[in-house]
Amino acid sequence: MGKTLFDKIWDSHVVKTIDDGPNVLYIDRHFIHEVTSPQAFGGIKARGGKVARPDQVIATPDHNIPTINQHLTIQDELSRVQVETLKQNCEENGITMYGLNHPYNGIVHVVGPELGITQPGMTIVCGDSHTSTHGAFGSIAFGIGTSEVEMALATQCIMQPKPKSMRINIEGELHKGVTSKDIILYIISKLTTGGGTGYFVEFAGSAIRSLSMEARMTICNMSIEMGARGGMIAPDETTFEYIKGREQAPKGAKWDEAVAYWKSLCTDADAVFHKELNYEAADIEPMITYGTNPGMGAKVCGNIPTLDSIEDSSKNSFQKSMEYMGFAAGDKLEGKKVDYVFVGSCTNGRIEDLRSFCEAVKGRKKADSVTAWIVPGSKQVEKQAIEEGLKEQLEAAGFELRQPGCSACLAMNDDKIPEGMYAVSTSNRNFEGRQGPGSRTLLASPLTAAAAAVTGVVTDPRTIFN
Amino acid sequence: MPIEKFVTVQTSFVPMPIENVDTDQIIPARFLKATTKEGFGDNLFFDWRYDKAGQPKADFVLNKPSYDGTVLVAGKNFGSGSSREHAAWAIAGYGFKAVVSSFFADIFRGNSLNNGVLPVQVSEEFLAGLFASVDADNKTEVKIDLANQTITNVATSASEGFEINSYKKSCLMNGYDDIDYLLSLEKEIAAYEKQAVKF
Ligand code: SF4
Repeated sequence: MGKTLFDKIWDSHVVKTIDDGPNVLYIDRHFIHEVTSPQAFGGIKARGGKVARPDQVIATPDHNIPTINQHLTIQDELSRVQVETLKQNCEENGITMYGLNHPYNGIVHVVGPELGITQPGMTIVCGDSHTSTHGAFGSIAFGIGTSEVEMALATQCIMQPKPKSMRINIEGELHKGVTSKDIILYIISKLTTGGGTGYFVEFAGSAIRSLSMEARMTICNMSIEMGARGGMIAPDETTFEYIKGREQAPKGAKWDEAVAYWKSLCTDADAVFHKELNYEAADIEPMITYGTNPGMGAKVCGNIPTLDSIEDSSKNSFQKSMEYMGFAAGDKLEGKKVDYVFVGSCTNGRIEDLRSFCEAVKGRKKADSVTAWIVPGSKQVEKQAIEEGLKEQLEAAGFELRQPGCSACLAMNDDKIPEGMYAVSTSNRNFEGRQGPGSRTLLASPLTAAAAAVTGVVTDPRTIFN
Repeated sequence: MPIEKFVTVQTSFVPMPIENVDTDQIIPARFLKATTKEGFGDNLFFDWRYDKAGQPKADFVLNKPSYDGTVLVAGKNFGSGSSREHAAWAIAGYGFKAVVSSFFADIFRGNSLNNGVLPVQVSEEFLAGLFASVDADNKTEVKIDLANQTITNVATSASEGFEINSYKKSCLMNGYDDIDYLLSLEKEIAAYEKQAVKF
């Protein structure tokens, strides 16, 4: 029987199999950031050990950093200590760190791909659930806890039970105005936030193949939001084209060797998945979430489900969620008031996302009632946005381009949505309080965010942009 | 560092019949700025547990004196969301030895096992039974026997088995952690690296 793409990579990274236990899995690249690594370094120190393969570890502070005045010291003391601790740990262990103000600083899942560190066939981990982003390159990439960060630092291996495999096929052509964010919000709304738990997902089909790398990253990024261990897409010419020439991409003869190997990384025709799902691209419309988990999504032009369409066992949680959001079952989504718009995060903070937002708002004005934070995913994205004139376009429309970081995605810095306010956000989580205590998040694509930003209400982007 | 050994527990329990309890609720992001593992128990479920003035909310289960015990029993899909191990530290720090639910998110399951907190996945019926029993009597008990991999609703004597792989089971029962084991594989890891594909 043939092998899946996932099997090929996983099996070639197993150092040891434990009977009725996890595999010892070798890790090619280990990304770290300031929030989930200090206790891991602390553990290593306490054992008197050291980092095993510092060359395979890459660090960037991102979660805590301010998105204005980055040249100044970080004001919040705890945040500053965490960022400084990362720096110190990296220095002590010979780990490369792209610190604040470094031209390569940024959100860890934006930095890895744009530097060519993320490559097909690799195993990649980070103490961050959205590590699944890197799977867009045909690698096995997933988030781990701090104990596992410590394992990976100490031994370059972690212990993992092999997940089951799932393939999600999306065939056909996407409608105009429908983006990869809509694809993934659509899938999660069908599968629920637990629907992928226990599985590693391969996304396939003509609609997926047609997507750019940025768009593929958005999809793999949010595979964790349906509970999946990770998501991946087989590498193809689009992938190779993206990697070629990047800072850490293989060069010269090595490049040809690498591409030849990468081309072998696909699911065999006769491979069997534990589960396979099929969707039609034509059924997908612009999506937005109305509740407090990413599975609570609906068409922007649609309504919140009615209470009788919710399973009995979930009614409690659904109503709790509606109460938090200040919405009622059955409500129409279009026209709901929007106070904040956040464009950024490892889901939609790449150059393509900024381009699409700018293109949409060009010639229009930000609605006066809306506060908007446009936050590039990295210093390189910021630089490119300035060079391409996006910054000026944004300013002309009444928006400000901030400096890179996780920002309002999880509100560990000052970018917090105030209590009770509604934010249309291009990030990945709408959990209670995720964007600040009492904040109310509606997840959507950069296009839908643009529509909300210029109208001040939830708006189907197709009704105002052409 | 060794984890605490898991021994059979029989205890009253804290019910939380809410689905999809995510790690942002278990420990909100603003509490992740620490550089050690201590003190997270105080902030467990912070935004559900305390009001804006930092006063305990009377209607939240952890603030109700009638409920106690070292086991948390929660609705389906517990621990979804972020990979933050701080969630497991908060649960362990608060004093819970086990979490019972009908479904767990993957990363949370792994994180809790790595911190000596046992995730016990039960059927929907069993879970409903526990919620019914605790509704009738707040001090009703649950018994979790790791050696035999069984969980019992003491009030009804209903019992069912739960799954855990034998490697993780022996780690928990003996208080071992994975890092010691991985460190012992130095030679195997070096041998692996020699033959691995690299560019
Ligand atoms: S942008 Fe948000 S989801 Fe992505 S790494 Fe930062 S905090 Fe996590």
